[in-house]
Amino acid sequence: MTAQMRPAMAVCPGCVAAPTEAVETAPTEARLALSLPSIHCQACISAVERGLNAYPGIHSARVNLTLKRALIEADPEVRADDLIPVLAGLGFEAHELDLATLAATQSDRAGRDLLMRLAVAGFASMNVMLLSISVWSGAADATRDMFHWISAAIAFPAVIFAGQPFFKNAWSALRVGRLNMDVPIVLALVLALVTSLWETSLSGEHAYFDAALTLTFFLLAGRYLDYRTRAVARSAAEELAALEVPRAIRMEAGAEVEVAVADLAIGDLILVRPGGRMPVDGVVAEGQSELDRSLLTGETLPVFAAPGAQVSAGEVNLTGPLVIRAEAVGEDTSLHRMADLVAIAESGRSRYTSLADSAAKLYAPGVHILSALAFVGWYLYTFDLRMALNIAAAVLIITCPCALGLAVPAVTTAASGRLFKKGMLIKHATALERLAGVDTVVFDKTGTLTAGTPQLENFDDFGREDLEIALALAEGSAHPLSRALTSAARAAGIAPAIVTDLQERPGYGTEGLYQGREVRLGRAGWLGADQGSQTAAWLDTGAGGPARGFRFTDSLRPGAAEAVAALHAAGKEVLLISGDTTGAVEDLAARLGISKWLAEALPEDKAARVQMLTDQGKKVLMVGDGLNDTAALAAAHVSISPASALDAARVASDIVLLGQDLEPIAEACVVAQKATKRIRENFRIATLYNVIAVPLAIAGFATPLIAALAMSTSSITVSLNALRLK
Amino acid sequence: MSVLVYLIPISLLLGGGALAAFVYTVRSNQYDDPEGDSRRILSEEWDDHPKP
Repeated sequence: MTAQMRPAMAVCPGCVAAPTEAVETAPTEARLALSLPSIHCQACISAVERGLNAYPGIHSARVNLTLKRALIEADPEVRADDLIPVLAGLGFEAHELDLATLAATQSDRAGRDLLMRLAVAGFASMNVMLLSISVWSGAADATRDMFHWISAAIAFPAVIFAGQPFFKNAWSALRVGRLNMDVPIVLALVLALVTSLWETSLSGEHAYFDAALTLTFFLLAGRYLDYRTRAVARSAAEELAALEVPRAIRMEAGAEVEVAVADLAIGDLILVRPGGRMPVDGVVAEGQSELDRSLLTGETLPVFAAPGAQVSAGEVNLTGPLVIRAEAVGEDTSLHRMADLVAIAESGRSRYTSLADSAAKLYAPGVHILSALAFVGWYLYTFDLRMALNIAAAVLIITCPCALGLAVPAVTTAASGRLFKKGMLIKHATALERLAGVDTVVFDKTGTLTAGTPQLENFDDFGREDLEIALALAEGSAHPLSRALTSAARAAGIAPAIVTDLQERPGYGTEGLYQGREVRLGRAGWLGADQGSQTAAWLDTGAGGPARGFRFTDSLRPGAAEAVAALHAAGKEVLLISGDTTGAVEDLAARLGISKWLAEALPEDKAARVQMLTDQGKKVLMVGDGLNDTAALAAAHVSISPASALDAARVASDIVLLGQDLEPIAEACVVAQKATKRIRENFRIATLYNVIAVPLAIAGFATPLIAALAMSTSSITVSLNALRLK
Repeated sequence: MSVLVYLIPISLLLGGGALAAFVYTVRSNQYDDPEGDSRRILSEEWDDHPKP
């Protein structure tokens, strides 16, 4: 990133040279990145840049509208937390991005390299094509020879430079004794150049310099498309990861110091505020609170945490501040231990061969045999080495998988672009092909089918007075259940009762005084009630009698019902596997009409179940978000996770759902099937061209003109066919 | 046909110039933010004097 940003900074040398005191006092610069999801126009760019540049300590700020990001060079003491309110004041939502995570994406050297080679191949092929056209239209004798020599002078260096990706791939395949698509390509290029040079030196009529270059150009175009699609997906995926800035608050001699999670050591005391996520595994040293473990285990019931309680990285602290003593950091946390399980599960998936690879497996030997036969046949027939070699080169050029090289990337680019607009990020190159074959869909419950926000269920069981007291108590807390209770009561037009001495007891609930009586709202254990299997908050109005419970269900994610219905309609089998309690899972399965479900599943159970389905010959799509799903996500034929998922789950899945809505899943299956159909069609188109042109080549009628025509028309037809997907 | 002596070098130079220009644009990060650049030109902010 640094290397890439330098020249961009030179656009504004004045910013650096300007004699502001900031530059004098601060030789080192802080670099910050902000994600700005809501910017969309030129006025936004100006407003954000003006606002940021006016902030003291900022040297320069530049907005990138394509990536919806602002990059800021500032004094070291300027922090992103200070800038977010500034932008909020201007009306823009901003989130800090972790530059260390982004740095990996920004090293776009490979893409730039490919673009440069594409440009050189394009330039060279256009020039040689111009010269060739004059040869085809009748240039003869010395003029033709001169044109051929000039073509050779352009073609040789251009192919040597631009064709390097093919040379490297072909060599790495040959070295281990395999054939891939690049081997016939390289053979065709080399043979075309060498025979053409030989022909030229003998003042021959046919030279294939233009064909060699056009071939390189079209194939590089395919490679570049393929690369772009993946780079876009990768950068978006890494932006999701970068949004979670890995920072923690360490207690150092009573003072709170903000440090990077990577710097934490075993034995450190770490403060986790309500709403924060545990950065490490450890034991609670101080404080009381409740923990949300749903991302790790799938349980929706918050767990009570007091000093001595064990916590794992990834759990969310709900009510009170907790001080944690770190027991395992970094690679040793339970989050990372899950990686072993994922590695085992993934080994099964690597067996998948993409359509392009299986086509290459058939194609590459066929091409070589055909061309060798043409060479041997013509040599035995005429005993003319020159002619036989020429025909062999013509066969190789005409059969060269130019259209095949475009067949897959053109379709994947079109399909990925379309799905990206719907909010789906295709991370893996072959994910679409695999998605097309899916016949069984396995859903996780918590956080995937449900939104993770509770909804009050038995509102009508309570009298108005009770509700007023409950509302007054609930408003004093930021606990998710309290907030759900508040919004439900407010929506019903309830006004809070006058409760005095309101106090939140972290980990337990809230209490206060109402008309001289003590009233309490909180967890079952605190109020002496019996905690059932369902998530509930209990109310004690102090009027005698047992505490009564507000029961909550997890609200469905938008589009969940539609997605399940659409998958059923498409004839796919839908399963629900969750780590949550039987009651909660059964209830949700009934609501969505899923007949097969499995509750209280451990991570190993999930992965084993997916493996079992795979062994039965099913192609499983796994949709999940939690840490307990990662192994199953990796074991499945193809996997999807929502953007709200843990980083580990997103990494393990092939497709990330960017929005809240689950509905695109069903549509993605349809698009994937269409895309795979188009890929197969493209293969057929390319084969058809070969069927027509190869006999010509073998019969010795192929001229460079015919080769150029066959190659260009097939490539263009294939690209147009891919665009039909939109 | 002696005109070719001039025309061929000229065509090669023109093509080479275009290639060099393209290489320059890639190297100076001009493809980093295509969407933003197409909008920036609409901004009136630096119309009267260039950005310092």
